[in-house]
Amino acid sequence: MNSVKTKSHEPLIRVVKKPEMPTSKAVILRIASFVLAIAVGGLFILAIGHNPFEVYKEMIMGCFRSKIALQGTVKIIVPLLITSLGVTLAYKMKFWNIGAEGQMLMGGIFASYFALFQSDMPHWALLTVSFLAGCIGGAIWGIIPAFFKVKFGTNETLFTLMLNYIALYVIDFLRHETWRDPGARGFPKIASFASNARIGAVFDLQGGWVISLIMVVAVFVLLKYTKFGYEISVVGESQPTARYAGMNVKKVVILTMALSGAICGSAGMIKAMGSDYTLTLGLADGVGFTAIIVAWLAQLNPFVILLITVFFSIIEKGSGVIQSTFNISVFTSDVLQGIILFFIIASEFFTRYSFAFRKGGKSK
Amino acid sequence: MDDKMSVPYAIQCKGITKTFGPVVANDNIELTVKSGEILALLGENGSGKTTLMNMLSGIYHPDTGSIFVRGNEVSITSPKDSQNLGIGMIHQHFKLVDVFSAKDNIVAGTKTDKRLSGKKLSEKIKEISRKYGLEIDPDKKTYNMSVSEKQTVEILKVLYRGADILILDEPTAVLTPQETDRLFDILRNMKENGCAVIIITHKLNEVMAISDRVTILRKGKSVATVNTAETNVQELTELMVGRKVSLEIDRPEVEQTENLFEVHHLMVKNDEGYYALNDISFNLNGGEILGVAGVAGSGQKELCEAIAGLIPADKGAVLYKKENIIGKSPAEIIKMGISMSFIPEDRLGMGLVASMGMTENMMLKTYKNTKSPFIDKKPSRELALKLIDQLEIVTPGVNTPVSRLSGGNVQKVLLGREIESNPNLLITAYPVRGLDINSSYTIYHLLNEQKKKGVAVLYIGEDLDVLLELCDRIMVLCHGEITGIVNSNEVTKEEIGLMMAGEKKAGKDGAKA
Amino acid sequence: MTMFINFLYAAITSGTPLMFGTLGEIITEKTGNLNLGVEGMMAIGAIAGFYVGYTTNSVILAVIASFIAGIFAALIYAFLTVTLKANQNVTGLTLTIFGVGLANFLGDFIRTAAGETTLQLSTEFTAKLATYKIPLLGDIPYIGHLLFDHNPFVYFGVIICIIAGIYVKYTRAGLNMRAVGENPAAADAAGININFVKYFNVLLGGGICGIGGAYISLVLCGGVWTQSCIDGLGWIAVALVIFANWNPFACILGSFVFGAFRVLKFYVPKDVITIPDAIFDMLPFLITAIVLVITSIRKSKERSQPAGCGVNYFREER
Repeated sequence: MNSVKTKSHEPLIRVVKKPEMPTSKAVILRIASFVLAIAVGGLFILAIGHNPFEVYKEMIMGCFRSKIALQGTVKIIVPLLITSLGVTLAYKMKFWNIGAEGQMLMGGIFASYFALFQSDMPHWALLTVSFLAGCIGGAIWGIIPAFFKVKFGTNETLFTLMLNYIALYVIDFLRHETWRDPGARGFPKIASFASNARIGAVFDLQGGWVISLIMVVAVFVLLKYTKFGYEISVVGESQPTARYAGMNVKKVVILTMALSGAICGSAGMIKAMGSDYTLTLGLADGVGFTAIIVAWLAQLNPFVILLITVFFSIIEKGSGVIQSTFNISVFTSDVLQGIILFFIIASEFFTRYSFAFRKGGKSK
Repeated sequence: MDDKMSVPYAIQCKGITKTFGPVVANDNIELTVKSGEILALLGENGSGKTTLMNMLSGIYHPDTGSIFVRGNEVSITSPKDSQNLGIGMIHQHFKLVDVFSAKDNIVAGTKTDKRLSGKKLSEKIKEISRKYGLEIDPDKKTYNMSVSEKQTVEILKVLYRGADILILDEPTAVLTPQETDRLFDILRNMKENGCAVIIITHKLNEVMAISDRVTILRKGKSVATVNTAETNVQELTELMVGRKVSLEIDRPEVEQTENLFEVHHLMVKNDEGYYALNDISFNLNGGEILGVAGVAGSGQKELCEAIAGLIPADKGAVLYKKENIIGKSPAEIIKMGISMSFIPEDRLGMGLVASMGMTENMMLKTYKNTKSPFIDKKPSRELALKLIDQLEIVTPGVNTPVSRLSGGNVQKVLLGREIESNPNLLITAYPVRGLDINSSYTIYHLLNEQKKKGVAVLYIGEDLDVLLELCDRIMVLCHGEITGIVNSNEVTKEEIGLMMAGEKKAGKDGAKA
Repeated sequence: MTMFINFLYAAITSGTPLMFGTLGEIITEKTGNLNLGVEGMMAIGAIAGFYVGYTTNSVILAVIASFIAGIFAALIYAFLTVTLKANQNVTGLTLTIFGVGLANFLGDFIRTAAGETTLQLSTEFTAKLATYKIPLLGDIPYIGHLLFDHNPFVYFGVIICIIAGIYVKYTRAGLNMRAVGENPAAADAAGININFVKYFNVLLGGGICGIGGAYISLVLCGGVWTQSCIDGLGWIAVALVIFANWNPFACILGSFVFGAFRVLKFYVPKDVITIPDAIFDMLPFLITAIVLVITSIRKSKERSQPAGCGVNYFREER
């Protein structure tokens, strides 16, 4: 080597790992990044020629100002909340599936069978049976990737992506063929559910909210206080340790995915029978993907998931409101959501790492 | 030009300090190495050897202090800088791309010879191989290679880049004595060719065999540098551990229950489908500690896992109180009173859940014992508090993730939990790895206590001196076969060393197979 | 016979946007980043290409614009995952939401600003994207029409797949990139600049995805801006990466096979085989799922997702 003079400079900025951050500090950091994200979103609104304060205010008001507005908001909150809780179980086990979409769809399909063809049953029996059917549909769609994962190590991220589409085309098949509504002259669609097969209101709001809140508590208790929840955490941390402790890892993985899928499936059932009143290709409409983001942002804490879901739903619902009030494109909400998410995702970095700056004068 | 500095040190470290959070890994370290010299960097686990070398290879950056390479002060901020300075590091855990051939691994990241065709490259690699006496098939895929082949690729990788300062981190840990000898020949070749070599190790015999000088690290400080020719093992040990030590471990005589545990003709295949354990037979009495010696990777891991029911056995029987436990699930085996504390290389990989606190780790094997579907944390918390008190475990609290505890405390948590489960058979692998001398003695004491209670202990160890002191008998494994089972009173370290290298010992009275 | 040739021809046309999206994602994954934002990057490429084509009437400028827009979208992803080490799945999903939303938002915005009800490319512009028959080769019976009588995007796509294949498999830069994707710690120790390699390839992949988006908005949609025009093609591209075995050469054929599936329903004689369209649409996903399972059963180390995919690298991590 003759290039002994290769004297490189210490870089101006280096990334260094931080000792673990106290929770209080991490919460403050996240809130700060959230505020910053809202501010940048405001700049975006300003850039397209509107007053951010008014737009934000309108978004929030638009979600709660009337009974109808609130009903609409709840219909957005419920499926997202339930699906986020579903994926939480899978992610706690570090099962990186993106199949909540498909599980919702399957849940919707299974439930719709009863809603369409067994609608003579007594109302509560019909709802119960449909709910269970939705759970089973979702569970099947959760078990399939889990089975191949434990049996052959099949990559669950990519496999569940495929299952989403397969479920989607099952609906496509049903609306064109078997379940096609003969009444809809030529247009391929599935008939609307009879009113007996629609989830009614509890305190004027779609009844799903009761179930979803019960699930928040149930998932919290499951993860924190039950043996099964303990097993999910241990398997997620280290499979060798779980086997060493005498756990049946394969069983835990499959059961957890069955439960995770069942919860997502029930969200599909509630969306179909509580909001759409029919089965369409738009049943999941990205909720399964958004749920992953929600669960991750909430660090898999069910109560935080509730908070974040409400926030997401306000943006979603509010965007429709600002469209009519300010004539802003309805897609503004997606852009806003994206901007806000990017900021929060970025802030995560600062809970684990920090930038170290070159000490002045040390390097010439 | 004719003053001392005319032949500058290949590497000179001055006052290097590096901290990780509250832990001072390196504290004001001084180190030098000349071209054409082999320097041994000696120290216990956790004394800061690897951290120091990682700073030379650009993985870490020192907080304070300066590094001089061939007399010039340098700032090494990436492995690339390090390479450009002619420094080549051979990591303990190989840094090779599994799906690449040897050749691709060697040339990846190099800038020179961009247009060399595959064939010419192979020839260049073969030429370097010949020069230093290395052997490798350039087209062989890494995932098909043995450990020693992988190491050869690592060495070729740094030589191909023209490195003349070589750093090897614990290179012999995975080698047989024969392979070690071959490696040492290669290192001597490098020395002849004017390279500066730093070899990190904690094995004293190797230090004596290969090095010209020794720098000793203790608790992150460089405590001394001595010429190998002017020192001896005893002095080095004292420098390394910081006080005069006589390896005196208790070995109480205990009444034994015969054949509490027997293994007959056990055959176990590893992931690749080779026999990791080949026809293993031995017996173990209650109130006895049976040591297992062998080069790392000789089948120790598979032996533990097969007994614990974690991997299936191909053939053979494992009898516990005359009942065959092969085919039973880990849960059933735990219930029978067989306990394993297995500390793999990454320490937290099996046995403890790193992100959980002591409380939740205490119930890892017992949470199922109640009927309710809910977990009861109370007994676990009490057990955690009891262990903290009894074993002097240092932790901020019972809910602090165990990953934040120091190595010694982690070992105490694990072994403490296993002992509290009142096992009849205790399997413990490398329980003192990474511990300082004092903590090690605590562990030896705990094991002896168990022995006195009539527990059968299978002790898988590394340090032959400890094995000889602590264990009643020693079983030696080599390539998955037993090369001998001997009474530790009637054997020397050298004899065990030979057996570890594969020389079979005709069964003395200790061996019943 | 003509029917069959027409079918294959249609397969190539409809497979081409997948070719870009898939190639982009292959390059991204080969460097160790699973980017689930293909849909979003294609959408941003689509609107950028369309807008520039709409205002300048230049195909070249439109393609360049979509490439740059794709790079911009990938830059967000790269900054978050490479520099800030954010979760790759979450970042990719967000990029899809953001990208599709942004494209639709801009589509609305441009349309409103132009005071039009629909945004339509000029006939002059669409004429430039007509088919070009390659002299001589294009005159071979059957084969000539099938292979050498396409719009410029098709040729362009095949050419960049071949170039990318050579880059990934046979160059030093490609070797370095594969090392980063398989084992970043090893690549780092070998002196490869991880961040540079990751940024370069993630951005390159994003740019190529962007061009795929432009093909959709400029060619497939018939010259009219359509909201949400990517319509899942980006997700299919992610699936196709598996089908193509992370191999840019196989990407060419794979895209055409998937294209064939997409148009198969129009060419199967309905009086002979009565399979519902939905089943045809489902086939590519079903087959990809099966391919995925088979690869996992065979446990081939070389024919699977790069080992470092999905995991961010931090040098001082132990």
